[in-house]
Amino acid sequence: MNRLTVSPSPHVHSGDSVKKNMYGVIIALVPALAASLYYFGLGAAIVTITAVLSCVFFEWAIQKFLLKNESTIMDGSAALTGLLLAFNMPTNLPLWIIIIGSLVAIGIGKMSFGGLGNNPFNPALVGRVFLLISFPVQMTLWPKPIESQASYLDASTGATPLSIMKEGLANGESVSALMAKIPSYTELFFGNSGGSGGEVAAIALLVGLLFMLIRKIITWHIPVAVIGSVAVFTGILHLVNPEAYAGPLFHLLTGGVMLGAIFMATDYVSSPMANKGMIIYGIGIGVITVVIRVFGAYPEGVSFAILIMNGFVPLIDKYVKPKRFGEVVKPAKA
Amino acid sequence: MLKTFSLGGVHPAENKFSAGQKIEVLPVPEQVSVPIAQHIGAPSEPVVAKGDEVKVGQLIAKSTGFVSANIHSPVSGKVFKIDDVLDASGYKRKAIIIKVEGDEWDESIDRSEDLVKDITASPEDIIKKVGEAGIVGLGGATFPAHVKLSVPPGKTCDVLILNGVECEPYLTADHQLMMEKGDEIMVGTQILMKALKVDKAIIGIENNKPDAIKHMSELAKKYPGITIQSLKVQYPQGGEKQLIDACIGRQIPSGKLPIEVGAVVQNVGTTLAVYEAVQKNKPLFERVVTVTGKSVTKPSNFLTRVGTPLNQLIDAAGGLPEDTGKVIGGGPMMGKALSSIEVPITKGSSGVLIMPNEIAKRPKLEACIRCSKCVSVCPMGLSPYLLSTVSDKAIWDRAEEEKIMDCIECGSCSYTCPAGRPLLDYIRLGKGKVGQIMRSRTK
Repeated sequence: MNRLTVSPSPHVHSGDSVKKNMYGVIIALVPALAASLYYFGLGAAIVTITAVLSCVFFEWAIQKFLLKNESTIMDGSAALTGLLLAFNMPTNLPLWIIIIGSLVAIGIGKMSFGGLGNNPFNPALVGRVFLLISFPVQMTLWPKPIESQASYLDASTGATPLSIMKEGLANGESVSALMAKIPSYTELFFGNSGGSGGEVAAIALLVGLLFMLIRKIITWHIPVAVIGSVAVFTGILHLVNPEAYAGPLFHLLTGGVMLGAIFMATDYVSSPMANKGMIIYGIGIGVITVVIRVFGAYPEGVSFAILIMNGFVPLIDKYVKPKRFGEVVKPAKA
Repeated sequence: MLKTFSLGGVHPAENKFSAGQKIEVLPVPEQVSVPIAQHIGAPSEPVVAKGDEVKVGQLIAKSTGFVSANIHSPVSGKVFKIDDVLDASGYKRKAIIIKVEGDEWDESIDRSEDLVKDITASPEDIIKKVGEAGIVGLGGATFPAHVKLSVPPGKTCDVLILNGVECEPYLTADHQLMMEKGDEIMVGTQILMKALKVDKAIIGIENNKPDAIKHMSELAKKYPGITIQSLKVQYPQGGEKQLIDACIGRQIPSGKLPIEVGAVVQNVGTTLAVYEAVQKNKPLFERVVTVTGKSVTKPSNFLTRVGTPLNQLIDAAGGLPEDTGKVIGGGPMMGKALSSIEVPITKGSSGVLIMPNEIAKRPKLEACIRCSKCVSVCPMGLSPYLLSTVSDKAIWDRAEEEKIMDCIECGSCSYTCPAGRPLLDYIRLGKGKVGQIMRSRTK
């Protein structure tokens, strides 16, 4: 007679796995990768490959030599961190800076907390913000799209729409005058503007979002909350004074709002568990982003906003619980 | 949009291999072991002794309290012994073992196939009769049926809900009963309505059984007050709380019973047993059991006497497949893995599911990645990731605060978890502990 397995129910499993989710996100990033390769060519390829390989290498090395535990590099999370880190950097960044960024992202952002599942902050953003503060010059030189297709370190650079707006407004120029200096909304939507490799093409990022929603990798709550709150907040400012504050469409299509809302803020580990919590977290990110962009010193604030809200996640999870069954009692008819 | 319950839920592969298989009467075995604890509540007290002659339907163990149930002999023959036997729980427990001789039924049982439509019994008589017949919830929970029918003073019931959902994958016993015994279930429903003094009954059926919905809707035209509610396929819709929510949109508050929102739920199989007890004077000693699985040659629905050893059902379904890794009493989501195939069928056995080796194993365990999928599938709106962590770390007051006792153990969280974490194992542990603490507090 065969020996029977005895274990508690349930006896079936959905077949979902960490790997499937991680590779699902990577697949969702393919359109954005394609856009990045199209606009920034050689540089984008070098930066992406370097970041992915060094993230995977550092995770492997830390687990092999320091933690001495089972390697998790095959689950796809380290590669995903590398990909997201690359998408958040200019495509003319020297190799050594990319490698330092990867070490900080994986070593400090992820492994020092115990690896996947334990990191309170988004590892790719930890790496990115570390670089932004440490190497402010290199991190804010943006290759021009299309014309720098065949170049890497020697790419000709220009300002991003956000920095044009920031500096122009500081110099007393009006929004309508500045809008003439930046690419049209259509060009911004398709990604023909300066910026980090992966953030420029809104259309590619939205395709990725659609894929993740259909595959149920993420829910709509965080992206909608971030995008919605940025739109509402900048919309109000724009209505108050259209010449001092750019409109919502400008803010949504420039910089890292789309990439942040869709791929960075939705990082499983560093975002809240309950739907209501996700919405609060998303609104927090949207509001802080706009505050930094409009009133702060930096032209862009998405990374900081997400990291700040990452810090609030334990608090949100403690006080914002999912809606429980039977909480709202509908009384029986007498 | 089709109705379903409001929170969470999953949709596992249905795999209803035995759907449409006519109910087959399994031959009476040579020997039966009838456990005296087949229901929730106090075990029954044997009223026969070694050597006694018994007939089919004769009382052999009597109820020992309000929440307890009578047990009747499923066969005729001689009591061989009263001894401890291994049952579905995995423990050896007391059972009455009877050697079968012939098949002689108690004379008071009406064995004809005629449908008896006129309900002459009074509400009180019905409840008494249901209690005497030893009827328990046949969906698997085995809660004594007469207890649910006795509405406590101060509470009112305004609707009866019948569970024809059969949301567990693989199982088809209730489906087949509705197809073959529809009229009897309708009369049974009217009997229950009379006992509860309600004029409205809803039979909830998931729309993966369109034939049953059509057949029952056709029949319902002849029986006033009974309506059929087709429901979206969503597990665990057969849970009492979820079914009431799905059918009438009322949510039972935490820690309360269905009567709190004016509803009583019975399974369709139980309803048939009620019909047979009240109209035919037949106590509960047999039931329909689905025998199924991916490698089973002949997935079937068997009408089986209680106490029949499982292996007889498996043999009748084509024998135990070579690649068997796990045998489950019940469905794949909430059933119990059995340690032996010689355990007896009891009143609560809705199915025997035979799983091949490769699905019997659990997925690889990884760290929680906080994907929040367990939270979104929990039909009770709990946070399974948190409950399992606090149970693991023995933080019982936190577990209680997070409403661990609301968990209905449907297993949707463990089913969904991409990291393969056994969330429900930990939550069960926590529920046991928190339940103990809460009980000791009220003493």
